[in-house]
Amino acid sequence: MTLAALFFYGFASVCVASAFMVIAARNPVHSVLFLILAFVNAAGLFILAGAEFLAMILVVVYVGAVAVLFLFVVMMLDVDFAELRRGSLTYLPVGALVGVVLLVELVLALGSWVVTGGVTRNLAAPTPPLATLTNTEALGLVLYTRYVYFFQIAGIVLLVAMIGAIVLTLRHKPKVKRQIVADQVRRTKASAIEVRQVRPGQGL
Amino acid sequence: MAQLWSDYVWPLTVMVAQSVLLLVVLLLAVAYVLYADRKVWAAVQLRRGPNVVGPWGLLQSFADLLKFVVKEPTIPDSANKGVFLLAPLVTCVLALAAWAVIPVNAGWVIADLNVGILYVFAISSLMVYGIIMGGWASNSKYPFLSALRSAAQMVSYEVSIGFVMITVLLCVGSLNLTDIVDAQDSQWGLFGWFWLPLFPMFAIFFISALAETNRPPFDLVEAESELVAGFMVEYGSTPYMMFMLGEYVAIVTMCAMCTILFMGGWLPPIPVAPFTWVPGVVWFALKALAVFFMFAMVKAFVPRYRYDQLMRLGWKVFLPLSLAMVAIVAAVLQLTGLAPR
Repeated sequence: MTLAALFFYGFASVCVASAFMVIAARNPVHSVLFLILAFVNAAGLFILAGAEFLAMILVVVYVGAVAVLFLFVVMMLDVDFAELRRGSLTYLPVGALVGVVLLVELVLALGSWVVTGGVTRNLAAPTPPLATLTNTEALGLVLYTRYVYFFQIAGIVLLVAMIGAIVLTLRHKPKVKRQIVADQVRRTKASAIEVRQVRPGQGL
Repeated sequence: MAQLWSDYVWPLTVMVAQSVLLLVVLLLAVAYVLYADRKVWAAVQLRRGPNVVGPWGLLQSFADLLKFVVKEPTIPDSANKGVFLLAPLVTCVLALAAWAVIPVNAGWVIADLNVGILYVFAISSLMVYGIIMGGWASNSKYPFLSALRSAAQMVSYEVSIGFVMITVLLCVGSLNLTDIVDAQDSQWGLFGWFWLPLFPMFAIFFISALAETNRPPFDLVEAESELVAGFMVEYGSTPYMMFMLGEYVAIVTMCAMCTILFMGGWLPPIPVAPFTWVPGVVWFALKALAVFFMFAMVKAFVPRYRYDQLMRLGWKVFLPLSLAMVAIVAAVLQLTGLAPR
């Protein structure tokens, strides 16, 4: 157990430190790299908690895809963060207010936390016994039965967001030449070349 | 004290010994895979290939290694030094880390993870960071363009690789790599492996693996005719070697994954006496080498794709095809009652 505790403090402290560096780093690309480090350490914490499936999905989705796109955008944009920070002191009161509101809300929510009867019962006897099922199967069993509608709704929300992004950015420029692969494949000798008899001195 | 020994020290020693053994074998294999790559390429082009260092040039890779190590490392003045040096390290370490879960024979695996295939997938999706970081930190035009290309390319092809893995998982009912191989064990030998029923997925996986490891014809990341050498323009000496090593280890990993997912891992092709006597690790190595031979042949005779063609292939051909196959395979398994319980 001591080993697990050691790893926990290792992952947790690196996670917190890199999360701090995300907002403290001067260079935005460094911020994203620290964010990735934080994600990877969070995955380590998931593994310690026995949630190996969530850990791997966290790495695949957040580190492997989302953070790559972050990095992509941050590298492309030439944002001068020093310039942005110059006015930050004037916004400090508003920021502090938002922070305090969030903190109060969290304290209120956690303070009046009530564990409903169903949850305690589930905790006492997890629906699929953990000894016989891997947590991938256990997740699948609840995700596709009890929470199937939420799961589908989450999927639809993402789909709508994706279609929205495409609609907002897709532009058909009339003058740009496009390659239509089907047309190219459909070309035959008859439609592609024409054999003409050229008489000397006459041309076509 | 005795408990400390039996609980921590001894398992740790065993694990370290296994890891070192695997790494040594793997790195030796990579040295000869590199040699094989060059020899195959040379043979296709009617050249001799490396034939000077050692008999038939067998020691060429080691000579190259020595050359890289003794060269002076240079770091561009305007490079972001920390990230610049971290990039090759990330590539190399991640590529090697994937081998922790790859079983080369029944039970011959360092970590028999329940989510082994997801782990390999996660590692291969992290490989892009080595390239992005290297490209950005070099603070130079060509590496940067290369980094942007690679980010788009690797993210695109991961999607279809993910769907291919899902179809295999549907047929197996487990994320464990050992279970995946065991599920292909039948009296029909090589006709019971997944390459036959899932042949389109096998093709998609092979081609996506080429794109994922930036092998020709998808090596737009380092396209020498337009980007000089892509993200590694500014690298030399040991950091360059680590990029190279990471790249080849990733290729060998993809060959091993192809073997495990579609070619029955360590199972003998014909399950009768003389073939079953051969140790599983030999079959595994032979199959992985056969896949690598295909990798090498593709490099030798397929011209490089144009960038828009690459993207079209990934998003407009492979993604719909693999998505449809996930639905079809799931439906067939459900309707015929073949789905694993």
